[in-house]
Amino acid sequence: MATASVASHSDAAHDHHDHEHHDNFITKYIFSTDHKMIGKQFLVTGIFWAIIGGLLSLIFRLQLGFPDMSLEWLRPILGGWITPDGALDPEFYLALVTMHGTIMVFFVLTAGLSGTFSNFLIPLQIGARDMASGFMNMLSYWFFFVSGVIMFISLFIETGPAGGGWVVYPPLSALEQAIPGSGLGMTLWLIAMTFFIASSLLGGINYITTVINLRTKGMSFSRLPLTIWAFFLTAVIGLLSFPVLFSAALLLVFDRSFGTSFYLSDIYIGGEALPNTGGSPVLYQHLFWFLGHPEVYIVLLPALGITSEVIATNARKPIFGYKAMIISMLGITILSFVVWAHHMFVSGMNPFLGSIFMFLTLIIAIPSAVKVFNYLTTLWRGNLIFTPGMLFSIGLVSFFISGGLTGIFLGNSAIDIQLHDTYFVVAHFHLVMGSASFFGLMAGVYHWFPKMFGRMMDARLGYIHFWATFIGVYLVFFPMHYIGIAGFPRRYYSWTGFEFTNMYTDLNLFVSVAAILTFAAQLIFLFNFFYSMYKGRVATLNPWRSNTLEWTTPLHPQHGNWPGEIPSVYRWPYDYSKPGAAEDYIPQTVPLSATPESNLPHEQELVKLEKEIIADEEAVLVANESTNS
Amino acid sequence: MEEKYAYIEGAEQPISMHPKKFALWLFIVTVVMIFASLTSAYIVRQAEGNWLEFELPDIFYYTTGIIVLSSITLHYAYYSATKDELSKVRLGMILTSVLGFAFLIGQWYSWIALIDRDVFFVGNPAGSFLYVFTGLHALHLVSGVIFLIIVLISSFRYKVHSKNLDTMEMCVTYWHFLGGLWIYLFMFLLLNH
Repeated sequence: MATASVASHSDAAHDHHDHEHHDNFITKYIFSTDHKMIGKQFLVTGIFWAIIGGLLSLIFRLQLGFPDMSLEWLRPILGGWITPDGALDPEFYLALVTMHGTIMVFFVLTAGLSGTFSNFLIPLQIGARDMASGFMNMLSYWFFFVSGVIMFISLFIETGPAGGGWVVYPPLSALEQAIPGSGLGMTLWLIAMTFFIASSLLGGINYITTVINLRTKGMSFSRLPLTIWAFFLTAVIGLLSFPVLFSAALLLVFDRSFGTSFYLSDIYIGGEALPNTGGSPVLYQHLFWFLGHPEVYIVLLPALGITSEVIATNARKPIFGYKAMIISMLGITILSFVVWAHHMFVSGMNPFLGSIFMFLTLIIAIPSAVKVFNYLTTLWRGNLIFTPGMLFSIGLVSFFISGGLTGIFLGNSAIDIQLHDTYFVVAHFHLVMGSASFFGLMAGVYHWFPKMFGRMMDARLGYIHFWATFIGVYLVFFPMHYIGIAGFPRRYYSWTGFEFTNMYTDLNLFVSVAAILTFAAQLIFLFNFFYSMYKGRVATLNPWRSNTLEWTTPLHPQHGNWPGEIPSVYRWPYDYSKPGAAEDYIPQTVPLSATPESNLPHEQELVKLEKEIIADEEAVLVANESTNS
Repeated sequence: MEEKYAYIEGAEQPISMHPKKFALWLFIVTVVMIFASLTSAYIVRQAEGNWLEFELPDIFYYTTGIIVLSSITLHYAYYSATKDELSKVRLGMILTSVLGFAFLIGQWYSWIALIDRDVFFVGNPAGSFLYVFTGLHALHLVSGVIFLIIVLISSFRYKVHSKNLDTMEMCVTYWHFLGGLWIYLFMFLLLNH
């Protein structure tokens, strides 16, 4: 009873909205509660942070690739961080890698990817007017924005931004006197992350509530597009893991600012003993990686979901193993919470515990392999249409394989003794998590750009962008495997001083040049993105001839998405190239009774029931109309 | 016929719960995760040794009693609301709010009792954890008391009755959860301190 009255109430509110409400600039573009605008806000902010994060990486790549080069020309931007003899300040190098990691993992690939597409696609693909709470959704964006502002300010303070690595392990991060980057920069990092956690939780609560409660008629869980499944499970992971990061950060704040000893024990700095006793730095690692590992899947799952959708659409084939895809995503979700200690094999943890975590880690290879197999079998003998979105999706599958394979090495606690914290790890996660998720993000932008802005992105520029980025990513990260196998540790300012690594000058130079070119290729995308937003070819209503609900909305959907009734759903989203059908796609809104030529025997049996239900509904509708008038 | 039923069920508008109530439950999940991680951290840290042993303040027994009592008075208010007996709703809400305040004051005295035992926030993590548990729980309880007062005010505006129980139900859920959370923390401390 209560639910019914609420439903009718919210419908009335929306009608009211459609007819009478006129947005001014501030409510439409800034403090918007429309999920589509919030999604775009996340996207543009994410792009901004991707540029910053990319530029930071170029600066430290210059240091690694050209250790003798004078960086005097960067003095106008970096000021005192260039030493008098024209080299990069080593302390600032640490800050650069820390901020690059933080920005890319949290701001670009969590907020920029999940924030953009969960917001934009969930209501459109499940057939809802908006998120469960538009206000909470708006708060989610603005908490993220505040978090970004604080992090941005920390780049410019005198002692520099946080410098303890993106994992901010204590005691390094807990003691202000340890390095300059553990001072004010670290405090701002913690404040920014607190806002970010709040933003993620507000967003995640909204996504889960919306997917469970606001699906349109007929949209059962077995008819959800795989994108929605991915966003849903991502939100569940975030909901369970971000609070743990909050706990870890809270105790770190107490250690830093109040003098407690949760993570600190028996420390001497400059010959002077600190009063802290009884703390355990490994405790922080446990808490951090309980978020940190699921975070990998928070970053990756949305990209995998987008890929499922884009590949099925552009292979003109039903996704292979729809249920297997869901089950493997569920498997990854559950397993992501029981593997965190594989980041801690060399932390002095009990080796027996290490072998348990190794076993659990290697199990993740199974659902991952199922997903790869299903992508490949969906592509197999499909009528492939190589749109830019499709190319980026295939690129994702490639990185997922090549980066995933090295994960099997790293998950092994014995091999990890050699490879831990070397460039092998850097190569591994940049391929499987960084590049794969980035390609998922790009695939999503190219694929849903027509729905976001009503215009098409230029395909030719998209192809150039794809090939330059795809080749560039491999050129950057493949050589890193060799440097890592040689044992060179990550986060080191200089490697020329060591006998065993100084022969890698050429390789590092090569990587740096490739990184600069790959970054330059992103400028093509930036131009394409902003140019097409205003000057692109006007899109048709369903440019990729896709089945999902978002393509049944008008070209520029208003707040509320569908001008009239929300369409009902009668079939799963992957009826591509169904034998007997006139077209090679059948949208989810087409009833089975309208397609007798292509129905499978068990579907044909459902047609009669479907007709009865539709007739019943129409009777109810007519009755309602007559009572209303 | 049964088949048709199954099919309609599948096609039915799948609204299963009030979205705001559902969101509240998800919020509760995040709070559970915070305290689950903190109490796990406590166990992990305790297992490493160098652990300060001390007696828990007796006042925790009284505050536990108070919070159980407040859940009962709140349930009385809720029950009265379903029967549209507004004056009883107000009485129940006022009692619950007062008990909520009393609990917070009690927790404050527990900190004083801890200091009397020479257990400080800054020092051995055994004590620090206790302050974090009680402090973070009290912070959530403050939000709960604010929620109680909001419902109390709306009961004076005749907005709480059997046809408009959503806000009240959410308040009840949250308050019972906070009570349960405290009982969990207290049990945990009794067993593990």
